[in-house]
Amino acid sequence: MGVSRRRGAVALAVGIGLLMTACAKHAPQDTLKPNGPAARTIDHLYVPVFWIAAVIFVLVQGLLLVFLFKYRDRGERDERPEPVQLHGNTKLEFGWTVVPAVLLALVAAATLPTIFKLAKKPTNPINVTVVGHQFWWEYRYTDPDIGVVTANELHMPVGRDVYITEDGTLRKPDGTLDADVIHSFWVPRLNGKTDMIPGRVNHMKLKADTPGVYLGQCTEFCGLSHANMRLKAIAETPAEFDAWVQTMKKPAATPVDGDPAFAGYQLFTSRGCAGCHTVDGYTEGLVGPNLTHVYSRTSFAGALFDMSPANLSKWLRNPPGEKPGSRMPNLNLTPDEISKLVAYLETLK
Amino acid sequence: MTEPIAYGQTPPLTARRSLLRRPTSTAGLWGWITTVDHKRIGIMYGVSAFVFFLLGGIEALLLRLQLGGPNQHVLSASAYNQVFTMHGTTMIFLVIMPMAAAFANYLVPIMIGARDVAFPRLNAFGFWTFLAGGLFMYSSFLLGGAPNGGWFGYVPQTLKAYSPGHNIDFWVFGLQILGIASLTGAINLIVTIINMRAPGMSFMRMPIFVWMSLVAQFLLLFALPVITVALFLLMFDRQFGGHFFDAQAGADPLLWQHLFWIFGHPEVYILILPAMGIVSEVLPVYARKPLFGYAVKVFSGIAIGFMGWGVWAHHMFATGLGPVAISAFGLSTMFIAVPTGVKIFNWLGTLWGGKLRITTPFLFAVGFVAMFTIGGLSGVTHAVVPADTQQTDTYYIVAHFHYVMFGGSIFGLFAGVYYWAPKVTGKMLSDFLGKIHFWLMLVGFNLTFGPMHILGLQGQPRRIYTYPAGRGWEFWNLVSTIGAFTIAASIVVFIVNVIRTKISDQPNVGADPWDARTLEWTIPSPPPEYNFAEEPLVTARDELWHRKYDEDGDGRAIRRELDYPVVMDEVPDEVHVHMPSPSYWPLVASFTLPAVAYGMIYRAWPVAIAAGVVEITALYSWALEPSTAPPDPDEGTEDHGPELDSGEPAAAELETADAD
Repeated sequence: MGVSRRRGAVALAVGIGLLMTACAKHAPQDTLKPNGPAARTIDHLYVPVFWIAAVIFVLVQGLLLVFLFKYRDRGERDERPEPVQLHGNTKLEFGWTVVPAVLLALVAAATLPTIFKLAKKPTNPINVTVVGHQFWWEYRYTDPDIGVVTANELHMPVGRDVYITEDGTLRKPDGTLDADVIHSFWVPRLNGKTDMIPGRVNHMKLKADTPGVYLGQCTEFCGLSHANMRLKAIAETPAEFDAWVQTMKKPAATPVDGDPAFAGYQLFTSRGCAGCHTVDGYTEGLVGPNLTHVYSRTSFAGALFDMSPANLSKWLRNPPGEKPGSRMPNLNLTPDEISKLVAYLETLK
Repeated sequence: MTEPIAYGQTPPLTARRSLLRRPTSTAGLWGWITTVDHKRIGIMYGVSAFVFFLLGGIEALLLRLQLGGPNQHVLSASAYNQVFTMHGTTMIFLVIMPMAAAFANYLVPIMIGARDVAFPRLNAFGFWTFLAGGLFMYSSFLLGGAPNGGWFGYVPQTLKAYSPGHNIDFWVFGLQILGIASLTGAINLIVTIINMRAPGMSFMRMPIFVWMSLVAQFLLLFALPVITVALFLLMFDRQFGGHFFDAQAGADPLLWQHLFWIFGHPEVYILILPAMGIVSEVLPVYARKPLFGYAVKVFSGIAIGFMGWGVWAHHMFATGLGPVAISAFGLSTMFIAVPTGVKIFNWLGTLWGGKLRITTPFLFAVGFVAMFTIGGLSGVTHAVVPADTQQTDTYYIVAHFHYVMFGGSIFGLFAGVYYWAPKVTGKMLSDFLGKIHFWLMLVGFNLTFGPMHILGLQGQPRRIYTYPAGRGWEFWNLVSTIGAFTIAASIVVFIVNVIRTKISDQPNVGADPWDARTLEWTIPSPPPEYNFAEEPLVTARDELWHRKYDEDGDGRAIRRELDYPVVMDEVPDEVHVHMPSPSYWPLVASFTLPAVAYGMIYRAWPVAIAAGVVEITALYSWALEPSTAPPDPDEGTEDHGPELDSGEPAAAELETADAD
C-alpha cells in the first residue's frame, strides 16, 4: 500500500541519515568522531544504545506498518466480520513492561560506572582554570611551572590530561565576580560539555590522542553573541607545547621611540585599550582578553575571526558591529589610528 | 429555586439594579464575550490557540530561514533571540496548553455526561486570562522588544544586569498571568471530573481522554506553583533589586534551574498526556475494537504523572551536580521510559486484529504513535548521562523534543480536531484534504526535525543565530528549512479545508457519524447548550458502543436489533434546562491583570494600583453575583415566555452548577 510505503521511506531516510553522520566529511565538531579518551568512552556508550533503540524502532514501526496493511478495511469487498472485542492480554502487557525494563537495566548497568569513570580526577594533569566571559574564553594555566594566561585557544600536549576548573567564584580586586552569565565549555571530539556557572566551581578533563586543532564553542545560551563564542583546543606534541609555554612566558614586546609600532603602542595606552586589556608589564585591564601574546594566536574575538592585519582593522573599526553585544565599544578610531594600532598588535607575538 | 427557562430563550433581567447590568443575551458577539458555556469557551480556546500556532509557526519559519545556510542575515542576533524565545514560549504556553484546554473544556463535560464544568464563570475567567496573558506578551513586540532569554529564562542572563530592557519583564509577568489561567482551569476540570460524572460512570468507566486530562490537570495543579515562585523571585530581582539569583551577592543561579525544571519536566507530560488521551480515543473507534489494556493505560498515565516529578535534573546533566546525583536522575529517566513504552505497545495492541478504517483522524493518531516512538527512543539516549553531555544544548535535543511535542502533541491534537470537528460543528472536514494535510505534514515534519538529530551529533549547538561554513552543517540545515516550509504548506491545506467546510452547505452529520464509542456521540452535533436533555445512565465503559453492539460467542461485535434510537440526532423541541447566566465579571477580572503588569513594568504605580482595585472589585462582584440571574420583579412574569410544560422530565431541571 502506497500509504505505508511512503511512511517506510521516510523512516528509512531518517535511519540512513543517522548512519550518514558517521561518514560526513569536514564536520570538525562531530561527536561521533572522538579523538580523546573521554569522548571515546561516551561514544562507546552511545553507539550500542543507539543500536538497541534502532532495533526497537524497527520493531515498532514494522508492526505498525504490518498492522496497517494487514488489518485495513478494504471497504465493500472486505468480507471480514467485525473484529473480536479484545480488551487486553495480561501476559502480553506484563511482557512488554518487563522486557523494556530489563533492557533499560542493562543500559543503566553500563551507564553508571561510566559516569563515575568520567568524573574521576586525572593523575598528573595540566591544570587550567577556565572562565567564560561574554563572549570569549579565558584560560589560566595555574601550574607554577607554566603560569600562563591566554584566551580562546587552549594549548595542550597530546597524551596528557588537562584538568579544567571552570571557576565561577573568582573575583576581581574590586570584589566583583569574574564570571558574568552561564556558559558551557565544549570540545565535542574530546569530551562532553560542562557548564561554567557564576558562583560555582565545575571540573572536566580533556585529553587528545593526536595533534590537531579541535573546534568547540559555548553551548549555553549567553546573550547576543552566544553563536560567536567559539574556541579551539590546540593539541601539540609535548615539545611543541613546551616551546609554546616558553614563548608565552616571555615579556611583551615594548616598542621604543622610532619603532614602527611605537605610535600604536602610545595609542594603546592612551586611547582606553589598556583600561580593559592586560599586556604583561604595563597594563592591567581585567575586562577583555590578555593581549600579551595576542598575535601568536590564530584567531581572536572568541575565536570568531582569523588573526590577520585586515581582520584586526575591520574589528577595531566597530567591534559591536562585527560581533553583536561585544563589550568592546566602538572607539571611533580613525583609519590612521587603526593601522597604527594593528602595527603594534602585530608585535605582540 | 427559580423558574426553569426554555433553551434558547432570553433569561429574565437581573433584579439588582447594578451599575453594570448583567448580560442577558447568549446571541451575537456579546453572547460569546460573556458566555460561560464550556463548549463556547472550548471553541474560543481552540481558535485563539490556533492563531497563536500560526504566529509561533511564522516565528519558526523565520528561524529556519536564518539557519537555512551559513552566515545568513534574515534576522539580526537580537531579533533571532527574541524570535526563538517567543517561538518556544508561544508553542508551549499559548498553543499546546490552551489547545489541550480547548479539548478538555469542550469534551470533558460531554464525555462524562455533565451539563457544564463545575465552575462556569471560573472557566470563562481562565480563558480570558489566557488570552489577556498571550496578548500582553505579544504586545512586547510593539513596545521595544519581545522576551529574549529563551523559554527557560536562565539566570543570570535574565537578570537586569544582563537583560536591562523590558523584554524579560514581559515574559515574567506574562507567564504569571498565563499561570493563573492554567491553575483555575486545572482546579475547574479536576472538580468537574471528580464530582460531575453521570450516574454509573465510575472512574474505571471514564473515557481515557478524561483520565489523561485528569492526570495532566493534577500535574498543572502542583507544577504551576513552582514556576510561579520562581517567576515571583525573578520579578523581585528585576523590579525591586532583590538578590535571589544574584551570584555577585552570593546566590546560586542553579536555584532557578531546579525550580524551573521541577515545573518544566512535569510540563512536558502536561503537554503530551492529553494528546495521548486523544489518540487512545481515536484508535479504537477506527479499529472497531476497544482500547487494548485500558487499565494498564490508565495506570501507566498515572505512573508517568508521579515519575514525572523525579526526573527534572536530566535537563541539568552538564551543570556539575556530581556523579551521584546525575546517576540517580539518569536512572529515574530510564525508568520513566517503561510506562511510556507500555503505552506504545498497547496502541499497537489496539490496532492488532482490528478492521482499520483509514481516515484522517486515524492517520494523525497513527502518526502520533510512529513519531512519538522516535522521540521516546531518543529520550532514552539522554538518560545515558555521559552521552547526554554530548547531546544537551545541541540540535539533537531540538530534534528529540520536537518529535515529542510536534510529532506527539501536535499530531495528536490534529487527530482530535479531525475526529471531533463534526461533533463541534455538525459538519465533516474533507477527508481528501485532510489526508493531503497529513502526508504533507508527516513528510515536512521528518524533513525538518529528522536531520536535526544529525546536526546535533555533528556538534551544532542550540540557540545560535548563525554558524560559519565548513562545520558540515550546511546540507542538513537546508533540508530542515525546506521541511519547515512543507509543514507550513500542510497548515495552509488545513485552513483551506476548514474554510471550505465552514461555507459548505453539507447536511448535518447527525449525532454519531463515526460509529463511535463514548457519550458525547449520543447527543446532537453541535450539542445544545445544556448538552444532555436527560442525564445519561452509564452501565459500561464505552457506553455508546455497548448500547449499539453486543458480542457473539467468539467475542465479535454484532449490532443489537433495537426499535428505539440510541442517539439523539436533533435537538428536541421542548427541553427546559436551567443553565448558568452569562457574566461580565470574569472578563473584567482577566483583562485587569495585564493592566497591573503594565503598571509595574513601567513603574506607573497609580495605574497598577487602580487596576488592582478594579481587579479586587471584579472578584468580589463576581463572588456576590448569583450563578444564575434571578428574575426581575419589575419585568413581571409575563416575559418568561410561554407557560412551561410541567410534564417535562425532572432530570432536565437539574442545575449544572450551584455556584462558582
